[in-house]
Amino acid sequence: MKTWFYTRRGIVKAVNGVDFDLRQGECLCLVGESGCGKSVTALSLLRLFDSPPGKIVSGKVMFAGIDLTNCPLEQIRRVRGKDIAMVFQNAQSALNPVFTIGDQIMEQINAHGRHSRADARRKARLLLEEMNIPQAENALNMYPHQMSGGMKQRAMIAMGLSCDPAMLIADEPTTAVDVTIRAQIMYILQELKTRRSMSIIFITHDLSLVREIGDRAAVIYGGRVVEIAPVETILSNPAHPYTRGLIACLPDISTDLKRLPSIPGNTPNPIDLPEGCTFHPRCRDVMDVCRSTEPALVNIASVHKVACHLYDNAGAFIA
Amino acid sequence: MINKVPLLQIKNLKKYYRVTAGLIPRPLGEIKAVDGVSLDIIEGEVLGLVGESGCGKSTLGKAILRLEEPTSGQISFQGTDVLSLNKWDLRTLRGKIQIVFQDPDSSLDPRMPVGDSIGEALIVHGVSGAGERGRRVARLMEKVGLEAGFAERYPHEFSGGQRQRIGIARALAMDPRLIIADEPVSALDVSVQAQVLNLMMDIKDEDGLAYMFVSHDLAVVKYIADRVAVMYMGQIVELADKEELFLNPLHPYTEALLSAVAGLRRGGGSRILLSGDMPSPLKPPAGCRFHTRCHRVMEICRAAEPAFREVVPGHYAACHLYP
Repeated sequence: MKTWFYTRRGIVKAVNGVDFDLRQGECLCLVGESGCGKSVTALSLLRLFDSPPGKIVSGKVMFAGIDLTNCPLEQIRRVRGKDIAMVFQNAQSALNPVFTIGDQIMEQINAHGRHSRADARRKARLLLEEMNIPQAENALNMYPHQMSGGMKQRAMIAMGLSCDPAMLIADEPTTAVDVTIRAQIMYILQELKTRRSMSIIFITHDLSLVREIGDRAAVIYGGRVVEIAPVETILSNPAHPYTRGLIACLPDISTDLKRLPSIPGNTPNPIDLPEGCTFHPRCRDVMDVCRSTEPALVNIASVHKVACHLYDNAGAFIA
Repeated sequence: MINKVPLLQIKNLKKYYRVTAGLIPRPLGEIKAVDGVSLDIIEGEVLGLVGESGCGKSTLGKAILRLEEPTSGQISFQGTDVLSLNKWDLRTLRGKIQIVFQDPDSSLDPRMPVGDSIGEALIVHGVSGAGERGRRVARLMEKVGLEAGFAERYPHEFSGGQRQRIGIARALAMDPRLIIADEPVSALDVSVQAQVLNLMMDIKDEDGLAYMFVSHDLAVVKYIADRVAVMYMGQIVELADKEELFLNPLHPYTEALLSAVAGLRRGGGSRILLSGDMPSPLKPPAGCRFHTRCHRVMEICRAAEPAFREVVPGHYAACHLYP
């Protein structure tokens, strides 16, 4: 899939060739730094960006047999919220400040089905209880500003779950909250995965969260998936130089280092992506071919794909 | 070897904010953002200050420079009583204590070339002569890994990591002895965060300066700090050498914080989940402020506030578990 934004300053190739699949009950993590295209990927799945300037220029999003990229708007509206729910990074701006939490959850519940007011309210309360929100009945009558950041984020998740979706897209749900609250939210997401066997796309820049929740992880750089594999494989045996760099430069609480390895340079500008492999200006193992040719995503093991010229088309390590 | 002379001494520092409501202000109470903090920072050391948002760690940093005027307490820097300084002496002091903020976007003037931003401190502190200033700015920029030729550029032409380097260059302009770094890498991408942390360590080793490194990220603090202070609701609840604190946390809050940080290379261990959020600072709980969320709460915690005392030599904690 490719999603480009046509702006006055040029074409922003936010998503520039992303391929992955998500199985029932699986949690796939999209990992990458700011501006790498991970959020636009998520928005593209549900066509939740402004068009124009944005456009999915190629690719498909197949969900339960429907291509979400070119089905009628009416059809995708039925999918949004009901089959695939989304939780955004900033609960503060995603909630409406002038309605109570209860009203907002009930609005969701009624958007895809008819329920009596009492019914909807009962359902909303159960959802908040599932989110471990204390005194859920009380919380229904609260306005967003009366809640703490962690409660708001959990209310958002409750809202996302209101129509029993099969799949949840969580876009950096723990970025704006403290570590202790983050632990609570991660716990809730893990519960959802095991209890409701929900499929989750979890978007993050934090590899340590990937280990906690993910089954597989896709590392995104410059709008492309550069590596995709089971989480254990990615963390213990990363193949792409970028993935290796990302893992190495993360300060870790269980090790003592005198000096952190770092990746030189900065993340690329999506208007002006480097030729060839988008990572080559920062890559330690750069070769001539990297400057001119974009590497394809190849299998280096049955479940491990990587896009890097260090591996030939058959997936063998050459350099 | 670290010289054990305190560079900065803080004693029982308090910063209260009056909160009012309504058109005709009606007092609601006081927020005790910093409530009786005592700390030393030794020459050349990095003191990590850790806590969740709203615990008062940024206010403490600002109060040291009197960017926020403390309500009461004592601050002494190299033997000078900071709180009794007049405006002019305070300016001299601020040359020796500098601050680097979290967000370089909002702390750099977007309409001023970065060279001027860096050189502004030199003007304020009386380095006259554009030629001399230009040379010093060029040296500073090279020191933080930027080309001196970039001095004419504007902040928007730089990436986040580069802007933070500019913020650091600006702080270094007056040869400070202490830099208060308020979440300096929180807004940066991980791959760039490592570059800036390494730079800060290099500068420290070269110039022998001390940092107060304010952060909510324990992994970053573990990397950079020599000693770590943990703050909760305006008070220091634990203070120890880095190794000691991470290996042997005493306060249940520190334990919970450590267990909330999922180590990348660590297997699953049992995790301490704190229930609820930080209570409202307008109405701090009676007794120990942490008792509402503590997993090891006892009867006494609800009634009496624990004293901050040395439990093991060099390791301080405020908790009734260690009477």
